[in-house]
Amino acid sequence: MDIKVPTMAEMAANGQKPDVLFWVGCSGSFDQRAQRITRAFVKILNHLNIKYAVLGTEESCTGDPAKRAGNEFVYQMLAMQNIEVMNNYGVQEIVTTCPHCFNILKNEYPALGGKYRVRHHAQFLQELIDQGKIKLTDATTFKGKRITYHDSCYLGRANEIYEAPRKVLELLDAELVEMKSCKTKGLCCGAGGAQMFKEEEHGKLRINEARTLEALEVSPDIVASACPFCNTMLTDGVKGKDMQVSVKVFDIAELIAQGQGLDGF
Amino acid sequence: MVLTIVQSLCFVLFVGGCSYIAYRGFRNVYLNIMLGRSAEFTDHPGERGKTMLMVALGQKKMFKRPIAAMLHLVIYVSFVITQVELIEIFIDGIFGTHRIIFHAWEHIPALRGLYVFAINLIEVLSVLTFIVTVAFLYRRDLLKLPRFNKPEMQGWPHMDAHIILFLEMFLIINIFIMNSFDMAAAHGEYGFWISGMIAHYWEGMNPEMLEIFEKIGWWGHLAGVFGFLMYLAHSKHLHILLAFPNTYFSRLTPKGYLNNMPEVTREVKLMLDPNAQVEPAASDAPAKFGAKDIFDLTWKNLLDAYTCTECGRCTAQCPANMTGKKLSPRKIMMDTRDRMEEVREKMDANNGVWADDGKNLIENGYISVEELRACTTCNACVEECPVNISPLDIIMQLRRSLIMEDSNSPNEWNGMFANLENNGAPWQFSPQDRLNWEKA
Repeated sequence: MDIKVPTMAEMAANGQKPDVLFWVGCSGSFDQRAQRITRAFVKILNHLNIKYAVLGTEESCTGDPAKRAGNEFVYQMLAMQNIEVMNNYGVQEIVTTCPHCFNILKNEYPALGGKYRVRHHAQFLQELIDQGKIKLTDATTFKGKRITYHDSCYLGRANEIYEAPRKVLELLDAELVEMKSCKTKGLCCGAGGAQMFKEEEHGKLRINEARTLEALEVSPDIVASACPFCNTMLTDGVKGKDMQVSVKVFDIAELIAQGQGLDGF
Repeated sequence: MVLTIVQSLCFVLFVGGCSYIAYRGFRNVYLNIMLGRSAEFTDHPGERGKTMLMVALGQKKMFKRPIAAMLHLVIYVSFVITQVELIEIFIDGIFGTHRIIFHAWEHIPALRGLYVFAINLIEVLSVLTFIVTVAFLYRRDLLKLPRFNKPEMQGWPHMDAHIILFLEMFLIINIFIMNSFDMAAAHGEYGFWISGMIAHYWEGMNPEMLEIFEKIGWWGHLAGVFGFLMYLAHSKHLHILLAFPNTYFSRLTPKGYLNNMPEVTREVKLMLDPNAQVEPAASDAPAKFGAKDIFDLTWKNLLDAYTCTECGRCTAQCPANMTGKKLSPRKIMMDTRDRMEEVREKMDANNGVWADDGKNLIENGYISVEELRACTTCNACVEECPVNISPLDIIMQLRRSLIMEDSNSPNEWNGMFANLENNGAPWQFSPQDRLNWEKA
């Protein structure tokens, strides 16, 4: 089923302006697994009649992997193009499902002239829950399920957002269990700092393997994440341990969409 | 009388000589830190003061590991309070008097009580500190806590840690030698509890011997204190001083923030629009991208390196290190400091002027490319550091130099950079396909 997604260009052509720009990010746009997260989040936005739009083909990488690899040139070129596009549309509010996009848009774009109010979808969903706008249609979906939340470094330590994703998960009425390393001590999935785009350095263990082992220790039914890269890393980790049948890795947006009966994405 | 003058003279010469040597050491540390680039860390003085009070004075971040925190707190409190004793030691030393404060106050019950209380408190804390010191040795050498036994801790760092602990024991033993022989000589009139108990063993010794041993303890204690002072500039123990400025000059931005390089902004603006209005470069020297050596790092990075006490909490939490990669955030700090020491030695041999030695901080026995490549920028090391050091800030500046100065990049990253430049995504997808996810 195709979903209808408004773009900034279409809206501008109709003389409209959305309340919020949904920044999809490269992973959410191109990675097949992450596309499902994007679709889930968009279904929630559509369901709640939120006036949003995406940049579509006008969006580029924020430059995060280039910057963290050490290539400031490529980063700033991408950043300035993105800022020009967004400033032309008069963007003021951004929501994104990627903590890396969130971090760089919020912390590093302002000094280059890109000043926006940026929220991660964990915060965005939490606000909607607090306002009573998200209610689960079928509260039994997650009854008796054990969910463990994996902190993304760029959401957690980098920006001290620990509670919002957990508040979102509380809505599910499942059993939330914490891993040995969580919150400020959360163990990285191994993808950050542009590691996603290269082989790991020589070592005894892959980082995503180490993190997956910690997750499996608490015997979860679901490992929840709020970052498409963490999702990839943990999905691979769970598969590597041959546990993909009994342990599912989901984004918090996917879980909320399932709970709202917006399944089938 | 003559003996008193000789003693006073010895004291003044000893203290003066030691202070001068200590000053030389601290001066070198200061000069080395000033070799770094300038950087602004003076905004929000109120918040900075508060951070210093909480993190350095209050040791807030130590309490993430409660056992180590309690042990450390004992030594810390004991160290600070024991310094009160130095007031009397100084007066006695200069004027050749003996326990001058006690004798000045002995007929005023309230003040006499205060004096005895202070010494008793110091003695109780000293016993506790002795126990903690033994516990620290036990953790290091018998329990062999992994973070104290990583490869970078072999050799001098291992020795340094032991010198500090043994010097602490030496100090404490001398406090009890001094006080207990004094108690025995004065037939217990001071009323110190713990040294009073020890003094029983000295009963029956002749008064001259008691006095000689008391003097040995007194001088021993003094030697310990000044030994520490001279040693600090060369040791990881320097954190007892630098923890304060280092936390005051903390990075107040979110941990995820990584500065935009203004020299790159200038170039990129001109590249996108040759007529763009850009700020002129700060100097005529060709811009250098990222850091290769200590001179390219900021003074704050260098202060960080001198503040590091090699506790290894950063390394213990580093995902790369945990999974067997070469990267150890602590080693980044230790290598930075070692390179500064090397530079200073060479400058001292060259009339204080720096002549390029053809080396730098990357490779040359310091930080390897492999270490730099292993970092996931997860900020675990920054979060863990009890004195707000950022190994990540150094790693990122060195990475920038590898990529932008040396084009030293793994092939996969080169491919990623090309994709980002050509199609605005790290993978080889067409920008026209960016909205394909809306199709099921």
